[in-house]
Amino acid sequence: MSKTASSTVPATVPLEEQLEWQRAMLEIRFFEEECHRMFARGLVRGSTHLAAGQEAVNVGACRALRPTDLMACTYRGHAAVLAKGAPLDRCFGEILGKAEGLCRGKGGSMHLTDMSVGAIGSFAIIGAHLPIVLGTAYAEVYRGSDGVSLCFFGDGSTNIGAFHESLNLAAIWKLPVVFVCENNLYGEFSPIAHTTPVDELVVRADAYGMPGVRIDGMDIGVVHTTVSEAVARARAGEGPTFIEAMTYRYKGHSRADPGAYRPEGELERWLERDPLILHERALLAQGVEQTVLDEMRATAERTVADALERAMSWADPAPETRLEDVYA
Amino acid sequence: MSRTITYREAVVEALADAMEEDETVFLFGEDVAEAGGPFKLSEGLLERFGPRRVRDTPISEQAIVGTAIGASLSGLRPVAEIMFADFAAVCFDGIVNELAKYRYMTGGQVDVPATIRLGNGAGAGFAAQHSQSVENWFLNVPGLKIAVPGTPADAYGLLRAAIRDPDPVLVFEHKHLFNHKGEVADTPEVVELGRAEVVRAGSDVTLVATQLMRHRALEAAELLAGEGVSVEVIDPRTLVPLDLETIGASLDRTNRLVIAQECSHDGSWGATLVSRLMADRFEMLDAPPLIVGGDETPIPYAGGLEELWIPSVERIADGVRRTLAF
Ligand SMILES: Cc1ncc(C[n+]2csc(CCOP(=O)(O)OP(=O)(O)O)c2C)c(N)n1
Ligand SMILES: [Mg+2]
Repeated sequence: MSKTASSTVPATVPLEEQLEWQRAMLEIRFFEEECHRMFARGLVRGSTHLAAGQEAVNVGACRALRPTDLMACTYRGHAAVLAKGAPLDRCFGEILGKAEGLCRGKGGSMHLTDMSVGAIGSFAIIGAHLPIVLGTAYAEVYRGSDGVSLCFFGDGSTNIGAFHESLNLAAIWKLPVVFVCENNLYGEFSPIAHTTPVDELVVRADAYGMPGVRIDGMDIGVVHTTVSEAVARARAGEGPTFIEAMTYRYKGHSRADPGAYRPEGELERWLERDPLILHERALLAQGVEQTVLDEMRATAERTVADALERAMSWADPAPETRLEDVYA
Repeated sequence: MSRTITYREAVVEALADAMEEDETVFLFGEDVAEAGGPFKLSEGLLERFGPRRVRDTPISEQAIVGTAIGASLSGLRPVAEIMFADFAAVCFDGIVNELAKYRYMTGGQVDVPATIRLGNGAGAGFAAQHSQSVENWFLNVPGLKIAVPGTPADAYGLLRAAIRDPDPVLVFEHKHLFNHKGEVADTPEVVELGRAEVVRAGSDVTLVATQLMRHRALEAAELLAGEGVSVEVIDPRTLVPLDLETIGASLDRTNRLVIAQECSHDGSWGATLVSRLMADRFEMLDAPPLIVGGDETPIPYAGGLEELWIPSVERIADGVRRTLAF
């Protein structure tokens, strides 16, 4: 892979928007790095699953949506939820279990949800959300509106029953869903090749008569273009699309997993195609000054640090709130 | 004025009235549309409301439950049918981990007004995987409401209430009662969730039962009346919320409690009811509470064996006699 490779951005995307992509990816990267440190400091309960390395998939896809479109993702969902527009501080707040967290401290890292920006949930039962977007998508059809539901899930999730039921029903009902598989080569500690008898997961779309495409998930331009096309099809009533985005998680599966099962040199090869670097090169090639990009990076880092500081200052949930929100 | 209709007709009427009243209500499930429902519980609805609102699905219970969840998040009032309640086992995650917890885990960001209807209960020789009283599986899952109608009036009224409710409601419709006839008002009433019905007033013993057992409990009460025993029969109608007040008030007068249930003991609604009542009313009891239920076995197929498994009128009456003799 060439060290001068850059993301491929279509001429139709204004430079301003491309800069926004970079800003969003930077903030997410810094957010995930903070989470990694927070976990090490014992500030995160349970587990946390970082998406560092997968930013181009989440940002490229979410920026192909309207704010009113809906998005569901997995427990590795910080990046997706932020990309859909959730505020940094309230995401931190939720992970810290604060009263002002997105879910009032009842969800945590694996369940970031912000209905106000169309981030309808982060799901930690593998495959559980694929059936749910069938319903949000059908609600759009039902009302005669042209909203779209986008669903992220991992490579490993294509082996669970709910995946198959969902693709089938989405296809037969021609639902406005975009299925985005984040193929990061591993399901937990197992290489996808050890658990899955097909080399390319995208062939599974064929079984459901659904268009499928496998793309470079480190190239935000490619992700954006592909998802935009799928979204357009969905809006036009032409049904769902399956996108397999090849990507990589830089950290282990969760918590302190060092990812020792990964072959020598694999991480380094993927780091060379880091989505932030690829896109920075694309921006430079379009005449953006390096100083502008450096400043963007510094600002993003500061913005994230400030958001964390705010979230740390928030109160813990009041004891009585644990009894709230079970029923209306 | 009132009229007599079957339990099945009551369900169809409730669905039709709910769809008539509220444009956001729609029905879907396996064979509910063109075939009018595997048990004919949606007969004529496709013709009346069209395929947008009455939809057939593939045989995909996870997709069915997920569709109900998603549609309810988006402001619709979906009514999903799970043909046999036992099939809840293949979509258990959707019901207990997603549907039940959505409001809580999002810190109250959403309403989840989904209704799931499930064909419940034994008595027709469907054997162990198509006959269970599946409501019991969900008792330990806060976030769900559970309705168990036993009459046409309740089949209508509870379903209407479930569909209007902002929380997820599982409505268990008893297969062995589909042809059962009963009175409903000309304009049938909505039955508030969480209100038990005192089916028959009495003073010697409180007998609590739902669905098929409610009818057998009533027969047992008639039988015992001939022996000079006055039995109060109460049907909780919903297990969540559970109307402990009505049942407790009865117990305070009769001082004896018998429960007839179409399921084995452990983890059952009857066991829960006993424990709840005992916590507050231990001194009120003149005899140990008694649960007349199914054996601790799967439900057998053969007619004679299944009839032995399901509490009979005689077994229920006998339970009452033993409690009185204590
Ligand atoms: C039904 C279920 N089975 C198993 C797990 C445990 N688990 C959590 S994440 C994971 C791996 C999923 O891999 P993949 O779908 O590729 O997503 P990734 O973590 O790589 O993003 C497993 C097995 C679970 N959460 N849910
Ligand atoms: Mg994976």
